[in-house]
Amino acid sequence: MKILVAVKRVIDYNVQIRVKEDGTGVVTDNVKMSTNPPDDNAIEEAVKLKEAGKATEVVAVSVGEEKAQETVRKALAVGADRGILVKADGVIEPLAVSKILQKVVEKEKPDLVFMGKQAIDDDCNQTGQMLAALLNWPQATFASKIEVKDKSLEVTREIDEGLETIEVNVPAIVTCDLRLNEPRYASLPNIMKAKKKPIEQITASDLGVDTKPRIEQIKVEEPPKRKAGIKVASVEELVQKLKNEAKVI
Amino acid sequence: MSILLIAEHNNKEFKPFTLNAISAASQINEDVHVLVLGSNSDSVAKSISEVPNVKKVIHVNNSLYENYLAENYTSAVIKLAESYSHIVCSANTFGKNLMPRVAALLDVSQVSDITKVIAEDTFLRPIYAGNAFATVKSTDKIKCVTIRPTSFDPAPTSGGSAEIINGDPGDASELSKFIKKEEIKSDRPELGTARVVVSGGRGMQSGENFKLITAVADKLNAAIGASRAAVDAGYITNDHQVGQTGKVVVPDLYIAVGISGAIQHLAGMKESKVIVAINKDGEAPIFSVADYGLEADLFEALPKFLEELNKLNTIQK
Repeated sequence: MKILVAVKRVIDYNVQIRVKEDGTGVVTDNVKMSTNPPDDNAIEEAVKLKEAGKATEVVAVSVGEEKAQETVRKALAVGADRGILVKADGVIEPLAVSKILQKVVEKEKPDLVFMGKQAIDDDCNQTGQMLAALLNWPQATFASKIEVKDKSLEVTREIDEGLETIEVNVPAIVTCDLRLNEPRYASLPNIMKAKKKPIEQITASDLGVDTKPRIEQIKVEEPPKRKAGIKVASVEELVQKLKNEAKVI
Repeated sequence: MSILLIAEHNNKEFKPFTLNAISAASQINEDVHVLVLGSNSDSVAKSISEVPNVKKVIHVNNSLYENYLAENYTSAVIKLAESYSHIVCSANTFGKNLMPRVAALLDVSQVSDITKVIAEDTFLRPIYAGNAFATVKSTDKIKCVTIRPTSFDPAPTSGGSAEIINGDPGDASELSKFIKKEEIKSDRPELGTARVVVSGGRGMQSGENFKLITAVADKLNAAIGASRAAVDAGYITNDHQVGQTGKVVVPDLYIAVGISGAIQHLAGMKESKVIVAINKDGEAPIFSVADYGLEADLFEALPKFLEELNKLNTIQK
């Protein structure tokens, strides 16, 4: 079984976002970038399935600017066999990403596609489901457990009410929740080895996908600031304020 | 053109967030039609028809919809989509699973998780877990939009009498199969919707010490949250995690105990109406978002806090 894993390069989750003064977006120059956290879970799961003898090859793919190569390289360092970078500049909406991935799937013919459930930059939560629709494959979103069966997967999903288990035929798309596994760190020898693994570079236009945005971003602004609070001197004062001033208890 | 809203329900009653989505939908366009895909779900269609904001209910009653599967739902929605200007549903796990599948088949770029309707094609939505807000305008012919339920008041539940018509089922999909649902049964409110959340951080020092949090949460009928640091340290399971990589919560009262206030945690709770921080480090960033800050040792403050709560005659539930 061959697994394609899609990974996205995003601003590191520990970085305080700054909105550009002209309102056109957030500052990304000289900002630490990392793999989108749940994409790390997606890679980890694929590598674990390979180690368990259930997958034969793990291919990591990213869509983005040249530097997204680092994100692919990181996936190789934790165990993916080879990488693909689809170069595309500017804002690439999930619909365009899913069209690009559709072309990659048609070429690579994986049995499974894994990716994180949501990217922590645009917070769209769309790409996996859109790719499943375009391929007419089943989708198992927000997966916290994956069990490989003969020609299907049994997937436990994190839903608002608790957990749901579904069975999806292979080929399938799985979007991964943070609870799926504990992503490993790349060891230094593996980081060195990853430098020798191949990354194929193509462009979105090679694949014939129009990436022009359909959503016009009018402005990006800071969230409304909270008005400054007060320090209370004692627990008694705190309880009195909550009861009589804020009226929340 | 009208707006089509997809209801979330369990074949007996609709889920409460459907009402928040209906009220957001009627801000976009008053002609709101609600699609109920269910099995033996007459009571759902009936109760939705009584919501005054709803102008028409399309009820598809078919065993195909006994359980919710995005593959089956999508086909039914697509059959109706061309006669609508907007397709909307809640941005919870139900809608997040469904809407992109619909949007991709319509070749539409979806607008996710809106918190405000600015115009029928223009919306406000949080990005970077609410650390920034984007105003976006959809240029697609049909607009596929998911709605953050906690940003809109629920629509009233009575006074309306919308027409209920029977709709056609979509194609049956063989791609996926429902197996089971395990609902978390807890006397405690759910983290995402609780009125009060009490959260502990690394300052709790151990899982055992979370019993101090539990005692206060019991008293306030609150959900229990945690920072990523507390989860990573193994004090509590990660379904309690509040933050950019956990749950985003907007309770009336959020009490952060022994939480320093890392950016990724603040992203998950700073929209709460009232924030309390209890921390012995007076310089901790959590105090910058707190309405009421108490600089104190939590191991003394929490038992004292419980004691003071016990003295109150009444506590809101």
